[in-house]
Amino acid sequence: MATTSNLTTASDVLSTHIFSILNSVSEQFHKLPGSAIFLRYVKSSYQNDPVRSAVELFLVLFAIRYLLARSYSTKPGKVRLTEEEIDDLVDEWQPEPLVGKNTIFEDADLEKRAVIVGPTGPKCRLQTGRTVTNLASYNFYNLVSNEQLKERAIQTLRTYGVGPCGPPGFYGTQDVHMKIEADIAAFLGTTACIIYAQAFSAASSVIPAFSKRGDIIVADKAVNYSIRKGLQISRSQVRWYEHGDMADLERVLARVQKEQAAKKQLTRRFIVTEGLFENTGDMVDLPKIIELKLKYKFRLILDESWSFGVLGRTGRGVTEHQHVDAAEVDMIIGSMAGPLTAAGGFCAGSDEVVEHQRLSAAAYTFSAALPAMSAVTASETLTMLQTQPDMITSLRENTRVMWQQLDPRSDWMTCTSVPENPIMMMVFKADVINSKRLSLEDQTLLIQDIVDECLAQGVLVTRAKALSAAASGAKSDVYTHRPALKICLTNGLSKKEVEKAGTTVRHAITKIVTKKK
Amino acid sequence: MPRRLSNNLLSSSPPIPWPSFTSSEKSVNKPVPVPVPVSRPSKIAQFFSSTPKDKDRYNSAAAALLAASKAQEQAFLNSSPTTISNPTLSLPTISLSTARADSSNMDEPPTTLFQPLAPAEARRLQRQYAQFGPLNSQSHRYTSRHTGGEFSEPIMDEPPYFYLLTTYISYLILIIFGHVRDFFGMKFKADNYRHLKSRNGYAALNSDFDNFYVRRLKMRINDCFNRPTTGVPGRYINVLDRTSNDGNYHFQMTGTTTETLNMSSYNYLGFAQSEGPCADFVEEKVRKYGLSSSSTRADVGTSDLCVEVEQLIAEFVGKESAMVFSMGFVTNASAFPALVGKGDLIISDELNHASIRFGSRLSGAMIESFKHNDMKALEAKLREAISQGQPRTHRPWRKILVAVEGLYSMEGTMCNLPGLIRLKKKYKFNLFVDEAHSIGALGPRGRGVCDYFGIDPAEIDILMGTLTKSFGANGGYVAGDKALIDKLRVSTATTVYGESPSPAVLAQILSALRLINGKIIPGQGEERLQRIAFNSRYLRLGLKRLGFIVYGHDDSPIIPVLLYHPAKMPAFSHEMLKRKISVVVVGYPATPLISSRARFCVSAAHNKEDMDRLLSACDEIGNVLQLKFASGIAGGASPLPDSVTPEMEKSRKALEKHDKIAKQAVSRPNWTFDELVRRGVQDVKVPLR
Ligand SMILES: Cc1ncc(COP(=O)(O)O)c(C=O)c1O
Repeated sequence: MATTSNLTTASDVLSTHIFSILNSVSEQFHKLPGSAIFLRYVKSSYQNDPVRSAVELFLVLFAIRYLLARSYSTKPGKVRLTEEEIDDLVDEWQPEPLVGKNTIFEDADLEKRAVIVGPTGPKCRLQTGRTVTNLASYNFYNLVSNEQLKERAIQTLRTYGVGPCGPPGFYGTQDVHMKIEADIAAFLGTTACIIYAQAFSAASSVIPAFSKRGDIIVADKAVNYSIRKGLQISRSQVRWYEHGDMADLERVLARVQKEQAAKKQLTRRFIVTEGLFENTGDMVDLPKIIELKLKYKFRLILDESWSFGVLGRTGRGVTEHQHVDAAEVDMIIGSMAGPLTAAGGFCAGSDEVVEHQRLSAAAYTFSAALPAMSAVTASETLTMLQTQPDMITSLRENTRVMWQQLDPRSDWMTCTSVPENPIMMMVFKADVINSKRLSLEDQTLLIQDIVDECLAQGVLVTRAKALSAAASGAKSDVYTHRPALKICLTNGLSKKEVEKAGTTVRHAITKIVTKKK
Repeated sequence: MPRRLSNNLLSSSPPIPWPSFTSSEKSVNKPVPVPVPVSRPSKIAQFFSSTPKDKDRYNSAAAALLAASKAQEQAFLNSSPTTISNPTLSLPTISLSTARADSSNMDEPPTTLFQPLAPAEARRLQRQYAQFGPLNSQSHRYTSRHTGGEFSEPIMDEPPYFYLLTTYISYLILIIFGHVRDFFGMKFKADNYRHLKSRNGYAALNSDFDNFYVRRLKMRINDCFNRPTTGVPGRYINVLDRTSNDGNYHFQMTGTTTETLNMSSYNYLGFAQSEGPCADFVEEKVRKYGLSSSSTRADVGTSDLCVEVEQLIAEFVGKESAMVFSMGFVTNASAFPALVGKGDLIISDELNHASIRFGSRLSGAMIESFKHNDMKALEAKLREAISQGQPRTHRPWRKILVAVEGLYSMEGTMCNLPGLIRLKKKYKFNLFVDEAHSIGALGPRGRGVCDYFGIDPAEIDILMGTLTKSFGANGGYVAGDKALIDKLRVSTATTVYGESPSPAVLAQILSALRLINGKIIPGQGEERLQRIAFNSRYLRLGLKRLGFIVYGHDDSPIIPVLLYHPAKMPAFSHEMLKRKISVVVVGYPATPLISSRARFCVSAAHNKEDMDRLLSACDEIGNVLQLKFASGIAGGASPLPDSVTPEMEKSRKALEKHDKIAKQAVSRPNWTFDELVRRGVQDVKVPLR
């Protein structure tokens, strides 16, 4: 019995213990803030219905379990593997080489790239030792070795050094940068301007700074690579219109407007095109585009990289040439590397447009500023353009002389550039392509042969080298480059010299094409 | 190098008429133009000019000179921090004049030992030192090199919770205020908000939602950004003074400039100079080659200068071949699409630069990112990627490119190259290292992270870097095997469309590289490398000891100091500017919301005295703004007693860890400025603690 009594006392002790614990627990529980509410809730929900409470308890437990459960991937089709299996897969995996091998053509192209010894000029010496007539550099006004500009550049070197050693936001903005910005804005007649350290980077940064996912961009099919990359980065919806076809543009604009009106949706809408097209050399019809843009309420981004400093009486670009107020264009992108003989690019527009870019244009915010020497050079050449308009007329004259040698006179090729463009893009005539059944590749090879032949005759020209701008993996592109011979005119040659070079090129074309059966 | 000879004389910048010892001025009757007009004499200025009672101890000017230079060194050691950074005196005027009107010194015979500097010469030196400071002691050098052992991540200290909480609250208040202002603004000043709303059938160019941060947070402190400058961004930088009377929307230039100590430019090796061998070389080449290359690399933009630069860069970074472009950003933006595409995977450090992200997005490859510098996270990503293959199809990836930076410009951390190489061997990925900040700035020979870790550059597939920073030029390069570079030469967009670098830029790169590798003026390149290494460690150690939380690795010349509160960003920047020091402050969105910071970029153009000046300014400002948060876990401890070697310390720590003994209570670093300066130079050369 002793054991049982012991047991009972033990169980008594235990139960009192449990009671006291329960008591203190319930005491503690009542002390908790909100416990009263909880109890009231349980009581009211109990309603003498234990099943109901059980269901609720079950739900609570389920919720707790759900919250504590290991999160699992929602990625579809993920295969669960053991560590050993992963190790095996890692061992088995053989990556492809980082880059493929160069093709024979690519190697030949590399081989043939001219290396200029000494300064670039209308006549320049190549590494091969030959001195040739240079019709390949964008040295339109022959300012590369201008003594006055060189002196100014050296002066700048002696006060600023070379690089600004930092992005514009972090003490990289120098007074000379502010000056060139103001100069360009004043020159064009916009309120503000922002400069980029490389011309090529400008367009691909400006576009995504404004146009975001969901916005709409209507673009000419022939726009240049930099714009295409800007479109890609922006993730906006891109609609294309046929190159230079204003009726098609209007059709696209009207459709966008109608769609948006139907959906009662208003996004940012842009038209993107070029002044002088990099790929074809022809010119935009700006007054018409302005008319359409106003009619359909689009903003206009105009890339004047190849027309700024070239078109118009004083080189203000396509706006001056076609008598359009530059303020009508929302953003004008341009280059200081070509006609201005400096480096870098710019975007001019309203204050709002420019200030926004200072924070959100990637190539401005996250890249070092332009070297002061280039900024000063650009300011100087801008002044020259304004004060010496005969620079421009004599360039046009040289271009005209070259045209006379080539366009109507060559039986094989024709020029797609406008006559004001000092970069002449020569392509094969349609009937030549048809009769000789020239594929694009054939044309490229032929043009490379023409370039080589010209060089052999002492004239340095080049061909339009183009990369496909289609996004990686795309089956085809909206635009197919026509292989072209590229001839860049310069003031540095006399009329006689241009004529002579023109003849050389024409003969080279004839020689190469007639050889091809 | 005259810099070394007379270096003790001139480390300050205001123009000083030099003491003259010519006999004519010694005639007692003549009104003597000295003493030097010290604007507001202070303790420190007095220190530099020997007091009359010292004077008769020196019986020759040479002795005076010697003593003065000693005095200058002593001055920094002894002077109290409060006087040294008195804003008006932050560039101490140093008068070495022992010649006073009333002094007996006047009657001394002329001595040839000390030729007074002609004013023109003084100006020249002053100008030179404003770009590149004199090295005042050969002991202020250090070699940047990984000291072996496991490369560990720096310990990230955190401020007390109170500060984190108040930081969040600050942002909350700023945001609420912003919205309240917007709300009323849109009601009462609709004009100012017009550009944020659709009007006339045009959608707003930037929506008020996207724009809120800029308008309401950044605009408040806009005067700390985009500060315009003029002249050389060398040791000092001239900031154009400006004011704003419309809440930082527009600024008016006052027409004056302030010469400030430049802690902001990426001028790591001090090549931002308008004189000296580099500038001379650039001038020569501009005269010869003209202003521009006027073409692209793929056409006729390649000059012999270009070829030479490419060869030199390839040799410098230890690769077969290299290619230069006129912009670093675009180098990345067009290299990635040329390397990878659809079916490839890029695994990118989460803190990689915008240009890498830009290029990755253009490439069309899949992009994954991993936690900053976390090799475990990277390994997990790799295992998952390789084992799972491409999404949905589960086809194996064609290739995997891991992209990291050598030195991270906002964190001051270096990539864990040994760890990466280990993983690379196992997982066979390709490695892309962006050495924008590390090239020139790291390694005993300045050749970047490979040099720093003693790793063969052949282990890395692509070494990219920019020429904007250490070399004081502009542009970027990509280096790799010849076959790789040859392919890139035909496939990168910037070769085909981007202007090629101008002759001036190429000449700057060429001469800077030749200086670094000792081909011209042997010794100078080495001096630059060792100075930046010393300065970096000295400043970092000093900041830690003062109790600041700093991020990054010990040898990194980028030193972020954590501020946390948004309001402390402008306060710090203004206080520094008052003391004539220009710093960069960065906050959200460039950093996580709470870790706003100030960033110092150390340069070889600085010397120890500049670092001391900065430290004393930080000391003061840190007290006023309550920035000394450090708990001590990240360093700044007192030096080990002589009897304890670093090895013993290390093994003790390992033991502690092993035995799971509770961490010895670390004490908060709380050094005085004087102590700091006294111990700094010697402690920099041993592992920092
Ligand atoms: C890591 C990194 N890559 C690339 C760049 C771009 O270089 P650049 O300034 O020459 O355009 C930078 C510049 O800030 C950078 O920090």
